[in-house]
Formats: sequence, C-alpha cells, structure tokens
Amino acid sequence: MSSANAQLFAALVTGPLRHAAGRTLLAVVVIALGVALGLGVTLVNRSAASEVSLAARSLFGLSDLVVQGTNAGFDEALFPVLARLPEVALANPVVDVQVRVVGRQTALSAMGIDFFRAARMQPSIGVEAPRTNLSPLAADSVFLSPAAARDLGLEEGDQLTVQVGLEPVSFHVAGILPAAAYRQRAMVLDIGTAQWRLGQLRKLQRVELRLRSGTSTEAVQRRIAAMLPPGVSVTTPGAETDEALRLTRAYRSNLTALALVALFTGAFLVHSTQSLAVIRRRREFALLKAMGVSAREQIASTLAGGAIVGGAGALCGVGLGILIADLGLNAFGADLGAGYFRGIAPALKVDWLDAGVFFLLGTAAAIAGTLRPAIAAARVPAALALKAGDLEDPAVRGNTIAGLALWGFAGVLLLLPAVDGLPLAGYSAIALVLIGAVFLMPAVTRLLLRLLPSVRSVPLQIATAHLRGTARQATTSLSAILVSFSLMVAMAVMVTSFRTSLDQWLEKILPADLYLRAGFTSETAFLDANDVTALAALPEVERVDANRFAQLAVTGLKTPLGLIARPITEQNAGRMLWIESTATNVALPDAQPVWISEAAADLLSLRSGAVFTGSIGERAVQFSVRGVYRDYERQNGGVVIDHDAYVRLTGDLRTNAAWLWLKPGADVDHLVNSIHERLPGLAEFDVRRPGEIRAITLRVFDRTFAVTYLLEIIAVGIGLAGIAASTSAQVIARRAELGVLRHVGLLRRQVGFMLAAEGGLLGAVGVLAGLVIGSVVSLILIYVVNRQSFHWSMDVYFPWVLLMAFSVSLVAAAALTAVWSGRLSLRDDIIRAVKEDW
Amino acid sequence: MLTLRQVRKSFPGPDPARPRPVLAEVSLALEPGDYIAVMGESGVGKSTLLNLIAGLDVPDSGDVLLEGQSLAALDDDARTLLRRRRMGFVFQAFHLLPHLTVAGNVGLPLALNGMAGTHADDRINELLEAVGLRDRRDSFPKELSGGEMQRVAVARALVHRPAVVLADEPTGNLDPESAAQVLELLRAQLKRDGSIGILVTHSAVAAATTDRVYLLTRQGLQLQSGTTTPRQE
Repeated sequence: MSSANAQLFAALVTGPLRHAAGRTLLAVVVIALGVALGLGVTLVNRSAASEVSLAARSLFGLSDLVVQGTNAGFDEALFPVLARLPEVALANPVVDVQVRVVGRQTALSAMGIDFFRAARMQPSIGVEAPRTNLSPLAADSVFLSPAAARDLGLEEGDQLTVQVGLEPVSFHVAGILPAAAYRQRAMVLDIGTAQWRLGQLRKLQRVELRLRSGTSTEAVQRRIAAMLPPGVSVTTPGAETDEALRLTRAYRSNLTALALVALFTGAFLVHSTQSLAVIRRRREFALLKAMGVSAREQIASTLAGGAIVGGAGALCGVGLGILIADLGLNAFGADLGAGYFRGIAPALKVDWLDAGVFFLLGTAAAIAGTLRPAIAAARVPAALALKAGDLEDPAVRGNTIAGLALWGFAGVLLLLPAVDGLPLAGYSAIALVLIGAVFLMPAVTRLLLRLLPSVRSVPLQIATAHLRGTARQATTSLSAILVSFSLMVAMAVMVTSFRTSLDQWLEKILPADLYLRAGFTSETAFLDANDVTALAALPEVERVDANRFAQLAVTGLKTPLGLIARPITEQNAGRMLWIESTATNVALPDAQPVWISEAAADLLSLRSGAVFTGSIGERAVQFSVRGVYRDYERQNGGVVIDHDAYVRLTGDLRTNAAWLWLKPGADVDHLVNSIHERLPGLAEFDVRRPGEIRAITLRVFDRTFAVTYLLEIIAVGIGLAGIAASTSAQVIARRAELGVLRHVGLLRRQVGFMLAAEGGLLGAVGVLAGLVIGSVVSLILIYVVNRQSFHWSMDVYFPWVLLMAFSVSLVAAAALTAVWSGRLSLRDDIIRAVKEDW
Repeated sequence: MLTLRQVRKSFPGPDPARPRPVLAEVSLALEPGDYIAVMGESGVGKSTLLNLIAGLDVPDSGDVLLEGQSLAALDDDARTLLRRRRMGFVFQAFHLLPHLTVAGNVGLPLALNGMAGTHADDRINELLEAVGLRDRRDSFPKELSGGEMQRVAVARALVHRPAVVLADEPTGNLDPESAAQVLELLRAQLKRDGSIGILVTHSAVAAATTDRVYLLTRQGLQLQSGTTTPRQE
C-alpha cells in the first residue's frame, strides 16, 4: 500500500469514528464494560479455583496416592497393611474431621497427623513445630493454619475450645503454621490426640502414600484398590484436586457465562450502531465505490474501524476488569457472595493469558458486530445510493430463513448431553436462539405493525408508516436491547421459578415445629441417644425425630453421596420429601429401601425401582430406590434411609439434628425456653423455627443471585444505551424529514409525540419479542442448563408483576430516549435540515 | 396579501459583539396571484428571506404580515398552525416522506388540517391528475424519478389551497426538461388557485417563468425585470 493509499485508508477508518465521536465512545465504553465484567469474574473464579486447588494439594503434600474413606472413617488396622507394602516408601495416616468451635457458629477442619511422618510428606509442617515452646505432641496442643488463625482471631498461646458430642474440649494454640502447609481453615494436632480427644478412636479418614521411585503409580493403585474394604477408595492427589474444583465448576461456569452476556450485548450494540452508520453513510460509500475504492478495501476499512473500537474498549476493559476483580474479591469474597468457597481467602492472581484472551474477545466482539454492516457497506448499489431521495430497506427473506435455521440448530443442540458436567450445548442453544431472534425481528416487526389498527392522528400515521418502511433499520437498533432484555426476562423467570420452588420445597421438607442441629455431616458435635430421650421427655414435646448425617460411598463416584438417616417409611415419605417419582415395581424387595435425590439419580443414572450397592462405613449394602426426591441442599447427591435401618446397619446412635413436634396447645417459645433451662448443653446448638430456616435460606439464595442481578442490570443498561445511540443516529439521519414535517405544520410537540410513538412502538415490539424469547431461554435455563449443571429441577413461575414493570419501564425508556434524541438532534434550527447538503 | 415591512435580520458572527447582517431593510407587498422570483448571490440571504416569510425564523426588526396577521406577534405554535393552513413549500431535494405513498405525501397537509375521507381523496386525485401522476398514486417515492418526485412535492404544496407557496430552488436537482415541466406546473397551479408564489432560484430560466424578478443584495430587495414578465396573463 502506497503512502497516499495508506493515508486515504486511515482517513476512511478514523474519519467516521471521529465524526460520530459520541457513539464511538459509547461503543468503546460498552466493549470495555463487557470485557471488564467477563475478565473480572474470570479472574475471581481463577483466583478462587487456584486457591481451592492449592488448598486441596496442600492436604496431600508430596504423596503419590491417597487412601480415603467416608467421613465416618475406616479401621486404623488398614494403615500398617498399607505401610508395609513393598512399593510404599512412606505412609502418613490422617484423622480429618470437622469440629464445631464453641461460642461461634462456625466449624473448622481438624487434622490429626503423625508430625514426624507428616513432616517428611509435607516439609513445611516441620519448620514451624520446633520453634514453639509448647510440645506439638502435648494432649492440648494444636497448630492453626493462617486462615483459621485469621478468621478466629487467635494467636499462639490462646485457647481454642471445640465441641465433641456435647462436651467442650479445649486446646492451646501451639503455633501458626506457614501458609504453604495448609491453606484452608484448619487446626492440626497429633494423630493420637485427635483420635482420643475428637472421638475417633481406632479410626482414620485418610492414609497418604509416597511410593518408592521407579514404581508404577497405576499398578500400585490397582493393587491397593483390590485390597480395600467397602467404602474406602484409593485415588491420586491430582484426582482429588480435580474433584475439589469440580464441585464448584458449574457455579463458576454459570457466573462466567452470565458475565459474558454484557460482552455479547455489547457486540450487538456495536452491530446496531455500525449498521445504522452504514445506512447513514450510504452515499459516502457509493461515492467511494464510484471513485474506485474496491469492495475489499471498503470492508477492510469498516472492519478496521470496528477493530479500533474493540481494541480500545478491550484495553480499557482489561484494566477495569483487574480492578473489578480486586474490588470483588475484597468486598464479596472468592465466590462473589454465593457461599461456595467458605474458609479460603485467595489473593487476586492476574493471569495475563486470561487478560489476553479477553482483550481478543473484546476486539473480536466489536469486529463480529461490524462484519455484517461492513459487507452491507461494500454492497451498496452506487447508482441507486447516489440518487437523491434514496432510502435503503432490502427484503428480509434471507434474514428470516437464517433466523429459522439458527432456531432449528438450537433445537438440535438442546438434545445433547452436558460435556464433562457443563451444559455447553445449552449455552450455545441460548446464543443461537438470541441471534436467530435478531435475524427474525424485521419480519416479526412488519407482521406486528401490520396488525396495528389505522388511526386518525397524523403523527401516529407517520410513525407507523415510518416503522413499517424501515423495519430492518428499526429492529437493528433493537438488537442489543432485545438480547439483554430477553436474558433479563429469562433470568427473572428462572430465578423466580427457583426461589418459589425453593420456598415451597422448604415448606415441604420442614414439617416439624422446631429444629435442633448439632452439626453437619462430618462434625464431631452430636447428640447421643440420651440427649434425644431427654428432648423427647420435655413437657412441650410430642415427638422427636433423630436425623443422622453421614456419607455413602458408591463405586464409580469420586465424592460420596450425602446419607440422611431419619424415620421414614414408604407411607410417610411423601410428607417429608418432595417426591418426584415413586417406584411402582421394586426389583429386589429385600434390598434396603432408600430415597435418592435427583442429583444422585443423575450421577448414578438410576430411576425409581432400581437397585444399587453402596458402602456405609466399611459395609457394602444393597439399596432399593423407592423414590426420587427433589433436593436443593446437596448438589452432589443425597440418599435418605430410615433411621432404624441405619442404626441396624452401622450401630451408630449419634444424632446430628433433632426434629421436634409440639404437643397440641404447646408453645414453641416455651419449648425453646425449656431447652435452655433443662438441657443447657443442647442450647449451645442451632435451635431454629422452620420460618427462621426458610428466611435464612432465602436470604442466602438472594445473596447468591445478587451478583447475577447486578450483571443483568448492566447488560440491560448497555441495551438501553444501544437504543439511545441508534435512535439518535436514526433521528440525525431523518433530520430533513423532521424538518419538512415542521415546515408543513407539525407542531413541535407533535413531532415529539411522533418520535415517542415510534420509540414506544419499537420498544413495545422489542419488549413483546423479549418476553417471548426470554421465556423460551428461561425454559432452556430451567430444563437444560440448571438440570445439567446442578441436577436441580424446578417448577416454572412467571413473575408477572416484575415482568410487566420491566416491560412498561423499557417501553417508556425507549419512548423517552427517542424524544430526547430527537430534541438533541433538532435543537439546532430545523431550517437547515431541509437544505440539500451534499 | 403578504407584506414585508423593513425586515432586518442578522446572525451571530465570529465576534459575538458584532452580528453578521444578512437582510437589510427588505420590504415587499404581494397580492393574491402574484408570482415572483428572488435571485441573488449565494449567502446573500435568499433562504433566510423565505424562512422569515414562513415564520420559521423571526426578524430582528420589521414585520412580516400574512393576510393582515403579524407573524412576529404569534408564538411558535400559532406560526406553525398558520403555516399548516396557509402555506406550501417546495424544496430543492424534494423531501417527500419516504414511507408514505404518493397519495399519502400529497394528502399530508389535508390530514394535518383535519380533512379526510372522500373530500380529501377527491382533492388528492385532482392534484395528482394535474401533475400527471394519477396512476402513481400508490407508489412510494423511491419508485419515482427526480422529476416525478418534484411534481409530487408541488402537488403537496398546493393541495390545501395555501395563500403562499414558497419554492426554494425547486429545479436545482432536475434535468432541463423536468425542470420546465415542474415550473410550468407550479405556475399554472398558482395562477389557478390565486396563491402568492415566491420562487428562490439561481436560474434565469426558472426566474423567467414568474411575473416579476427581484434581486436580493446586501442593500435590500430590488425589482430586476419590470413590473410584469412576458408570460404574465
């Protein structure tokens, strides 16, 4: 390219950007915002995942294999067997339980280790131990991880009291471990002390193995697997780390997908502003073509303009994204408020590869948004465009066919399963539905406008005639808002459906009058049989149901299923669980009846009536699935078994939670007082009414979705900015027309009314389409994305009032934007508007 | 009757303290049926003069009266309504509304003045017949040639029988043959309805179709070619 050509090319690229500086700036800002949100959320997720990974990895030190049981643990007799294997260089036994910290509503990992062995497996542990004045082997010594020390506000020499059963057990903090040793909230103590003082006598939860050099890890893993009792598995630290990440991957992926909506919407905004710019510059393009500028040069110059906008926006977005990630991590934590990563406090890790990818994504989004307009610019028929009075509005048949084809393809994608637990086909289908909708909009707009009744009002007549005549241009301006509003509707329907389903589910699964919870699945705090009897003996109590939370290992599943033991029969199951399906034929009547959650059903590919084998403790048991129930609590699957059967199978009489039913006429407040007065040991535990549990759960739900609301609002804001930009562009393009109308006698307010009517009608079409498309997308979210991500089913509820409020606001905003744009565009005298200006 | 009394107009210049004078003491009196041309160099204020007559702009001093009504005494709405009822416009670039049909464009002033139904249709058809576009009634502007578009614009300017028709370079975008057709048409219709016509043009040929030709200069409006034109009936 010669110097003169290069100058001309540069002028063709930058001239239009400078000429429409406001719209250029808006496009830059929108791309920057899209990149910033996407990168910000990705960096937060990346930092969280990195921390989870490091935390998981730090547990296993230099080990090659990990033999792991459920939280109930396995017999320590397995340890010497493993340690004596010729391939094993070092075996490190670990007690790993959760302890409840007395006086705080919080739990802590307690890890009992053999300091001498562990120091060889994790050299960083051994560094700290000799420095302390307290013996690490003393029966009351514990070391805290930095995260635990920070969260609990404890230092060396402080006292830490935890609960075992109903008994408080006190320790002295002998030291704070270096961060490299354990990254999660943990207390570390001698394994003998842990077994003795934490109620884990003769039990281990894990044995870490370092193999001799030259040994095949896979071969040893196979050999060990063959000798393990039921419920105990052997895995690699890498697989354990992957599993730790897998548990939160669906949440992280969904959040990233949602964050990308802003960029997706931004691409449509660029598309609409560029499309309208092409329409506005038709004569300029025609003139250039007439003067010998080739179609390829034309396309290149338009795309280069898009690349400049995208590049500038993406560059700003990268900086802003890093800032957002830092602020988000500090203000809301690693999960942005959702509660998935309690106990870890990652620092921001800026991954420059991510930054580079988002820079390219932002630039690519702007270029993609410019591609169609660029091709349209190159195809401008020069002779026609140079003619005075020309106004382009090509046939829309091609668009309609393309839109229908995209919808058809989306339908096919919906039939595909998740890829490695991620609903990639579902996300793609949503993108295709939205893009297809943008393609179909001109035809739909024409159809809807044709249905409008004829009116006497001249401004209205002109408004409808204008919209009918410029369906393609008009709907181009709608694309950004159509996409963002559809997604907002979809999210509103999905969230409302989820929240309402959750609320109804909570009502169903909380049938008792009061709930007393001693701890979660792997916590050492529990009630024993005497405590339950004491509760039942309270004067206000009619009945107590004991609940025991444990784990059920199933071959093929990396993470054990949650096992809930409670009094349940086939007759009363429907009263305490949200049953989705019940077994009509039971394959193996002698097998132990259980009810499994939808997640468990998905993970095990089981249906009601099926039979499977699982391990409770070290005992393999055949289970018969009597029903599948809805469960929003355990994303990794849950199994409900009758409490008596559980006790029979395990001999475990401990209780994690007690459900209390009041006698007729008894008062729940009196019962709470009775517990405090007569059973002060129990009063330390979580005592809640069903209403409180519902309120807390819904509060957590709302906090989880707060970030998604924020991301959606930003996307709709971008969509509205798109309407403003394109409306003002259209009004500028129509200055002459508006000038004529003022000449022939349309009052200023009639022109305003006409523009408002156009904006409002267009907004109404967009809202109507958005409601329909959003509803379709919400069904994809509910039945495909959520189901494949979290295994949760829910009933569909439409938040009509909210949707109507959204719709009216958007139509009003579109009308006001049109009037505002008109005023801005025509604030100069309209006289010049009718002067021929080329 | 249209009267301009010592109308002055200036616009802000680079120095806000020294406005740039455009029109200096322009006076003019026209009777119904008068058809005049205003010629002059570019930038001398021809279009400004039309805008002042149309009530789209207000003079710094002096007054414009249409049928005895001072435009300066009216507010923007009242001037707009007066324009709607009593004025018609023809522009160089036609400025038809692209999404209204030929009939819709021609009928726009009638609709704005509340005239609808058969009466309106008859009048639209009459004008379309007169401009030779009866068969293009349902066409859209993009389907017309430049000459045809300007004939539609002339029909639109005259359809509501205005008192004054203002035409700003109506033949500037047309070939000589189409220009002649449009000028002939404009003159014929003005004379038939007894409307005042003011044609602003650079074209001596176009100016020659009017009754009188005025030259607008910095000093004011001067009658250029007698009191009548060769074609005055």
